[in-house]
Amino acid sequence: MTEMNISRAQSHAPLWPSLAALVLATGYLIALLAAEEQTLIIGLLAAAVVVVVAANYLGVSDAVSRSFAEHEDAFSFCAIAAAFAVAAYFHDNHFVLLLVVTVILYIVATLGLNVQFGYSGVLNFAGASFFGIGAYTSAVLNAHTAVPTLLVVLIGGVCAAVIGSLLLLPVLRTRGHYAALVTIAFALLFKTFLEVNDVLGGPQGLQVGGMNILGWSFNDNLSIGSIDLSFYLNYFLVSMLLLIGAFVLVRRLERSWIGLNLDALRLDETAAGCFGLNIARWKIVSFTLGNLLIGMAGALFGMVGSFIAPNNYTFADSLILVSILLLGGIGNLWGVVVATIIVVIVPEKLQTIQEYRFLIYATLVIAVLLFRPDGLLPRPVRRYFPGARS
Amino acid sequence: MIEAVTTTTAVHSPILEARGLTRQFGGVVALDSLDLQVNANEILGLIGPNGSGKTTFFNVITGIYQPSGGTVTFENADVTGASPQKMYHAGVSRTFQRSRLSLPLSLFDNIMIGNHKRLNQGLWFNLMSRSAFKDEFEKNYQATRALLEIFSPPLVKRIFEPVATLPMIDRRRIEICRALISEPRLLLLDEPSAGMTHDETAELMNDILLVREQKKNLTIVIVEHEMGMIERITNRCVVLNFGRKIADGPYRSVAADPLVQEAYLGTSV
Repeated sequence: MTEMNISRAQSHAPLWPSLAALVLATGYLIALLAAEEQTLIIGLLAAAVVVVVAANYLGVSDAVSRSFAEHEDAFSFCAIAAAFAVAAYFHDNHFVLLLVVTVILYIVATLGLNVQFGYSGVLNFAGASFFGIGAYTSAVLNAHTAVPTLLVVLIGGVCAAVIGSLLLLPVLRTRGHYAALVTIAFALLFKTFLEVNDVLGGPQGLQVGGMNILGWSFNDNLSIGSIDLSFYLNYFLVSMLLLIGAFVLVRRLERSWIGLNLDALRLDETAAGCFGLNIARWKIVSFTLGNLLIGMAGALFGMVGSFIAPNNYTFADSLILVSILLLGGIGNLWGVVVATIIVVIVPEKLQTIQEYRFLIYATLVIAVLLFRPDGLLPRPVRRYFPGARS
Repeated sequence: MIEAVTTTTAVHSPILEARGLTRQFGGVVALDSLDLQVNANEILGLIGPNGSGKTTFFNVITGIYQPSGGTVTFENADVTGASPQKMYHAGVSRTFQRSRLSLPLSLFDNIMIGNHKRLNQGLWFNLMSRSAFKDEFEKNYQATRALLEIFSPPLVKRIFEPVATLPMIDRRRIEICRALISEPRLLLLDEPSAGMTHDETAELMNDILLVREQKKNLTIVIVEHEMGMIERITNRCVVLNFGRKIADGPYRSVAADPLVQEAYLGTSV
């Protein structure tokens, strides 16, 4: 009965506008990933900006977002299918598949950061360090133990969460900027520690053994009949599983009393405390859960890249994770997906701007904060069971 | 018009009692060995000039500030220096002088923040057993609608809109709903009419009397500068000045007290 009341308030939007947008975006992404010539890539990027601005201006994006809001579950399945379509198209292309896997694992890490920063407001400027903890865990475990590699991914996350708990005391005792400084200090310490510590390879880094499930070695190329497949497809499958799991988990978290608790303590600690909220407990839950996701993504990413070094986990890399979150729209999971695709793929394809990468990120973040402070896709008001009908 | 309900039963059993309650901020004594008794089921007006310690009293009672001295008893249990969380669980809830709603969150979310102690906070329940969660959500959704229906039926339709879109009077209503949803025993209202027009104040006053009618065993302490409101809705008034109680009694006798007039208007030279 109530569900009917809720849905009656909305006008019934059909599924097709959001689906059409998804098909268009997927086709565009394939074209962009396949493009080699710099002028073509610049043209494609410019075209995307024009199309998005025009869609906004003509009200098309309103129709798309209404359709999306009402059919989010159906849309999610289509988005998964779209990811598989992209992977299938580039089935023998190592470079593109590695890029796709990178995007997926960065999304997982940023989802973790979103739980911390977006929901409970605990700033974490050491995201790359926790990512690195996961990666180093898998390097060490794969080299010296026979722990099943799938379990290694989980252990990588647990290690990040446990080491993160060292930071809990200073993070809980400080607020706002000061808590952020604690995490910045940790990021700097972490990199220095790795560089001077020869056990973990020092500045030269470590090899990471590939993934292996019951004799199925992920680092061997496959073939189906006469079609050759890149070994990165293995990693694509596992990464997608991790992403789907992480996305469902964070989504459910947001649409529960826990998500409400985290929002309440971010927005007004005093008021939340006056209504019984145990501030420390919920900060710990969000910080630990976030680091778990970041660490799991890092552990898998270490195996994908097969080589890690301290320079991959600098403070600057942590800032990239934060800028993805700001660009996408803090607290909006789909915003994270869109922003990660932009931030990871564009500099990789646009070789001419590679060196200016950080300059461009910085400009982008400032522009977003000035002109669209809620990000590309602002977070909508929480609905616990959106679009549900009894 | 709804008249103030005078409770003749159990007037003198105290629900909250402060003895010698003191709170200092450096050299400033905000509460100066205050003895104050709140009787069960009454509406008590707490009045006094600016800086007389009314809000400090609320903040000490609800655990935001620790007392520098004295004791607080709530329902015969010693709660001196208890945390805000503990006071909330004991059955005390409040509104704030300057609205402290979570503006980007919906009406429903804001009211649910006040229902914290009655919501299942388990990780497994929230993340994994979604159908059990849905049942609890449904129950609370209906309860929230029913509460909004009392205060302002038009707000029911806006239950999933951000509070930021509401005018001041509706925000106050949401704040009162947030404080009421967990069915507290004692409700502390800190200047509910602040920042509102005369008409809005009158509307809000009706709301409070309405709550009083619906929930017979709710005790209310209200801090207010709007004397018309105090006169109409309170059973008893306590006047504070410089953190001390200078008068105690029905509004008419308190208002006639020369000490009170002096506190508000100053002494003639």
